[in-house]
Amino acid sequence: MTTLSDPPKGGFRVSMLINDTRYRSYTFQFIALIALIAAFAYLGSNLIANLKAAGLNISYRFLGEPAGYDINQRLIEYTSQSTHMRAAVVGMLNTLLVAVVACFFATVIGVIVGVLRLSNNWLVNKLMGVYVEIFRNVPVLIWILIIMAVFVAVLPQPREFRGDDATASMVFGSFAFTGRGFYFPKPVFGPGSLFVVLTFAASLVGIWGYRRYAKQQLFDHGRMVSTLWPSIGLFFVPVIAMFFIMGQPITLDYPALKGFNFQGGIYARNSFIALTFALSIYTAAFIAENVRAGILAISTGQTEAAASLGLRPGRIMNLVILPQALRVIIPPLISQYLNITKNSSLAIAVGYMDVTGTLGGITLNQTGRAIETVLLLMAFYLVISLSISAVMNVYNNSVKLKER
Amino acid sequence: MKKSVFFGAMTVASLAAGVAAAGTLDDVKARGKLNCGVTTGLVGFAAPDANGEWQGFDVGVCRAIAAAVLGDPKAVEFVPTTGKTRFTALASGEIDVLARNTTWTFSRDVDLKFEFAGVNYYDGQGFMVPKALGVSSAKELDGATVCIQTGTTTELNLADFFRTNNISYEPVPIETNAEAQPLYLEGACDVYTTDASGLAATRAAFENPGDHVVLPEIISKEPLGPLVRHGDNEWGDVVRWTLNALIAAEEVGITSANIAELGAAAGNNPEINRILGTEGTLGEMLGLSADWAKNAIMAGGNYAEIFEKNIGENTPIGLSRGLNAQWTDGGLLYVPPFR
Ligand SMILES: N[C@@H](CCC(=O)N[C@@H](CS)C(=O)NCC(=O)O)C(=O)O
Repeated sequence: MTTLSDPPKGGFRVSMLINDTRYRSYTFQFIALIALIAAFAYLGSNLIANLKAAGLNISYRFLGEPAGYDINQRLIEYTSQSTHMRAAVVGMLNTLLVAVVACFFATVIGVIVGVLRLSNNWLVNKLMGVYVEIFRNVPVLIWILIIMAVFVAVLPQPREFRGDDATASMVFGSFAFTGRGFYFPKPVFGPGSLFVVLTFAASLVGIWGYRRYAKQQLFDHGRMVSTLWPSIGLFFVPVIAMFFIMGQPITLDYPALKGFNFQGGIYARNSFIALTFALSIYTAAFIAENVRAGILAISTGQTEAAASLGLRPGRIMNLVILPQALRVIIPPLISQYLNITKNSSLAIAVGYMDVTGTLGGITLNQTGRAIETVLLLMAFYLVISLSISAVMNVYNNSVKLKER
Repeated sequence: MKKSVFFGAMTVASLAAGVAAAGTLDDVKARGKLNCGVTTGLVGFAAPDANGEWQGFDVGVCRAIAAAVLGDPKAVEFVPTTGKTRFTALASGEIDVLARNTTWTFSRDVDLKFEFAGVNYYDGQGFMVPKALGVSSAKELDGATVCIQTGTTTELNLADFFRTNNISYEPVPIETNAEAQPLYLEGACDVYTTDASGLAATRAAFENPGDHVVLPEIISKEPLGPLVRHGDNEWGDVVRWTLNALIAAEEVGITSANIAELGAAAGNNPEINRILGTEGTLGEMLGLSADWAKNAIMAGGNYAEIFEKNIGENTPIGLSRGLNAQWTDGGLLYVPPFR
């Protein structure tokens, strides 16, 4: 029989904080923490003392005062009499709009380019390689400026649509592509249009349910149910039927040249398009590389095995490769989304009024409240970035390898 | 990233406090160079010429100050600033004085804590449109796309003007005058608005200035002048009285042609004698040499000479004196006495 001797108990001595390896690391971490807090406290008090000496005080009262300036792109009601706070919110929404749209396009372009770059077709393969290298290796600010400059210089201005000797005309009488931006017809929802919208939503739910059912059939009974045509049918038929039943409640408001500019319809400003486009194609180059890396990380044995089971190449990609590749692709994709959001603050280069342009630009300049506005800006970008990370991490967890 | 910006902000704040307390006059003397904030380029007011030398009406003020303090009009480091960066540059001590078409307003003086040393150009905001638009009044601009420089009084005046006249517009914010020009010329904006003097200068730089008209409305008061930081009164005095000396020189008839003769010995006009330092101790009171004002005037001539050379009627910009004439000629220039 062996006696297990317990480690000597009791008798904690202060010297153990240094000599005992079990405590030593805590001791040093604690000291470091105290030092860090002290350093921050010193810097903070120094800041406050210096601000006081310079006659400045930290105050957010300016947020309640009228802003006094106008903003061209407003997603919510705003006039020059609105407060600085509201101007900041208008800017935040503009930032989010660019970020969301650019993330969407960057992902679509990035996935397509990344997959095509692995194509066996020499020309396609090389073209995609050139795309990636060109866009990845020139700073995004330069792309934004180039695209804006080309936009303004190449596309016709509203004055060229005017008069009898107009040199430019609208496309199909309903789209106008001008150097100031694009004008599209805008749907106008009349009475009764709610039913049409609800029908459409119901169709979408129906499509989702049907595809689930089809999958169930495949997994449980090994039966292949066609999904393409029923989905298309569900998508179009009920809505169109409802549209006519309700007496065509949704009409289109077409843009038309009135006075100095086109009026009516949806107006996408040149600054918005240039910024979104530049951010999308720039970031897509990075995403393409992530996608390529993700696909290459799946061993060719998987492709061969799937092929020997008789799967067609498209299905191999969709059913075997991509689901596994996503595990590799998602984490770097998160940082690309964060990059887009942060890079959108270059908006001011083309006069797009994002939050850096309103709160961090005009408000800062007109009120002189630099520290306050910069702190607010930092908080905003931090919250947005952390939210994107959180959402993407949830998605990442759902696609990551389930170990059984 | 978050932390580093925060530290950065704190260091800037502590630096700013440090700078404001020190005597700028001593700093400039010790450095042997004046750091003067100017525009990024507005021909006539401040722009480098073909040889890379800065020329212009605001540049003239910078050179006069350098000459008064250091005896050398060339001892100036010109720092280009945009409408947005100019106040940070001044507050942080990067520049000693800002001479950049800057309007004297209540909030800049009181809230942003700057001190305006005077007015070197009485201006107002105007509108420029292509002649082809057929517009004859700013009230007809409903729905127009307007290019404006951000961080300026221009954008605030503009918002007020359109709101009070109940007409709408589409603002296109831009950073510098140079960026505005192509946007306006290519037609991305219908209208360009800024100080009338700036419009004249911008228009003069166009290939066909005749294709563009400046509308009759002047919608604001824009007294433009050099400014310094609050709280350094000695330096504020130097800048203020250098500007005053240039204006007073015109009033009493000191020009670059006769200054050598007038400054050689005391004459029979006591004010001229006091300005040029042949009588009294005004220079000493400012902490400068006795011939400070003489040097300042010799740098580029008196106010009238600087005006005529850079923006006057015989230049492409072609501004008349108007409000900027001496009070004796019906203008607003009226400097306190030198005594
Ligand atoms: N006076 C106004 C506007 C000053 C301003 O920005 N002026 C323009 C045109 S007159 C300018 O100097 N631009 C030169 C540049 O872009 O650097 C202010 O102080 O806010």
